[in-house]
Amino acid sequence: MKSVRVIPCLDVDQGRVVKGVNFVGLRDAGDPVELAARYDAEGADEVVFLDITASSDNRETIIELARKVAEEVYIPFTIGGGVRSVDDARLLLRAGADKVSVNSAAVHRPGLVSELAAAFGSQCVVVAIDAKSNEDKTWNVYINGGREDVGLDVVDWAREVTDLGAGEILLTSMDGDGTRNGYDLELTRAVVDAVRVPVIASGGVGTLDHLVNGAIDGRADAVLAASIFHFGEHTVREAKEALLAAGVVVRPPVNEL
Amino acid sequence: MSEVETAPLIAILDYGIGNLRSAQKGFERVGADVHLTSDSGLIAEAAGVVLPGVGHFGACMRELRAAKLDDLACSVIESGVPFLGICIGMQMLFEGSEEAPDVRGLGVLPGQALLLPDGLPRPQMQWNQLNIQRDGSPLLAGIKDRSWMYFVHSYAVETEPDLVVATCEYGINVTAMVEKGSLWATQFHPEKSGELGRAFAENFYRQVIAQ
Repeated sequence: MKSVRVIPCLDVDQGRVVKGVNFVGLRDAGDPVELAARYDAEGADEVVFLDITASSDNRETIIELARKVAEEVYIPFTIGGGVRSVDDARLLLRAGADKVSVNSAAVHRPGLVSELAAAFGSQCVVVAIDAKSNEDKTWNVYINGGREDVGLDVVDWAREVTDLGAGEILLTSMDGDGTRNGYDLELTRAVVDAVRVPVIASGGVGTLDHLVNGAIDGRADAVLAASIFHFGEHTVREAKEALLAAGVVVRPPVNEL
Repeated sequence: MSEVETAPLIAILDYGIGNLRSAQKGFERVGADVHLTSDSGLIAEAAGVVLPGVGHFGACMRELRAAKLDDLACSVIESGVPFLGICIGMQMLFEGSEEAPDVRGLGVLPGQALLLPDGLPRPQMQWNQLNIQRDGSPLLAGIKDRSWMYFVHSYAVETEPDLVVATCEYGINVTAMVEKGSLWATQFHPEKSGELGRAFAENFYRQVIAQ
């Protein structure tokens, strides 16, 4: 039985959550550990942290974050951003992260994916792909936050990284990201159909229906969202209830386990 | 510190693989004195032993042998000290795995790890429900049938039905947990399974204290 995971995503800069977080009842809405613990308590299936810190001399901060999250959170969590080598990944995994996510570093050097898979196993290796649509129903891979087209077809790239050993794809539609118009469902289906590993749909969620669409029409294995959870519009519990009501198999909200 | 000194020790076998920290935290959160160690003296003294494992079966077996912990693990199990294998740590207790056909497992339990069938995403990387096959396992005390646990794996153990305490359904009936005396093993990750995982860890710790 396949169950669909609900994954809140936190953008972190210098160890603090950014992109606006407005939660009632938190001492400090910018603290990633506190937020992750809250999502865990609401029934999140995993949590993803994306370190968007521009400078690379900040590695110790994100390792410290992994260490603190591991103290407080007993569901799997992924850290992405700034992983360029097996050693970078090892420090995060030893600190307590369950998976590392690589994006532009894999585009620059695809061998990194196989090195990570060989060192830690595919289950630790998430490849994040930022996709933008072309005019002909294809999508290209972008890096640098959607600014740079690297000239790769998304479906081909997804196949290539899974051949190299990626255990999961985190697929973000740059067209949808921040728009709150919903996932790019055609993109999601295209990648789900092309690879055997799980695919996380990301980018564009503005309503709970978008999560349902991602699971049913997009056939995503996991649905990721940021702002609808951060601003207190919806809880993870409500997301789970909406998915259950639509007939999607999910782990129920926590106090009904 | 006196509490720590009197708490019975759980040794988590450290043979140089990935994320052992969460296995350690998973038992510390229930009050155990947990050591990540490859020290044979400490392991022999421990009141409970955990064999974690992530990644590749062949790589894990080779590292376990390189750390000279393979025979020690077998003798700990034979002595009846509570022992828990997790994920690849479960698979290593068996005779081998399709993932590395030329690498022998510990062979403490009969059976093999086989590749999950085609049709569903592989690895299984998700929460899934336990189908409890027989009642009365002390490690499932307070954990109801159909409880959700976190799984990450591409291979699953096929073994004698008598050993199987719980399965989960993922295209096939996946062996989720086995038990033989004071030897237990789970394909799921109790240390990543939230509050139910805590209950499971507590149950193991109770066995450690009781022995």
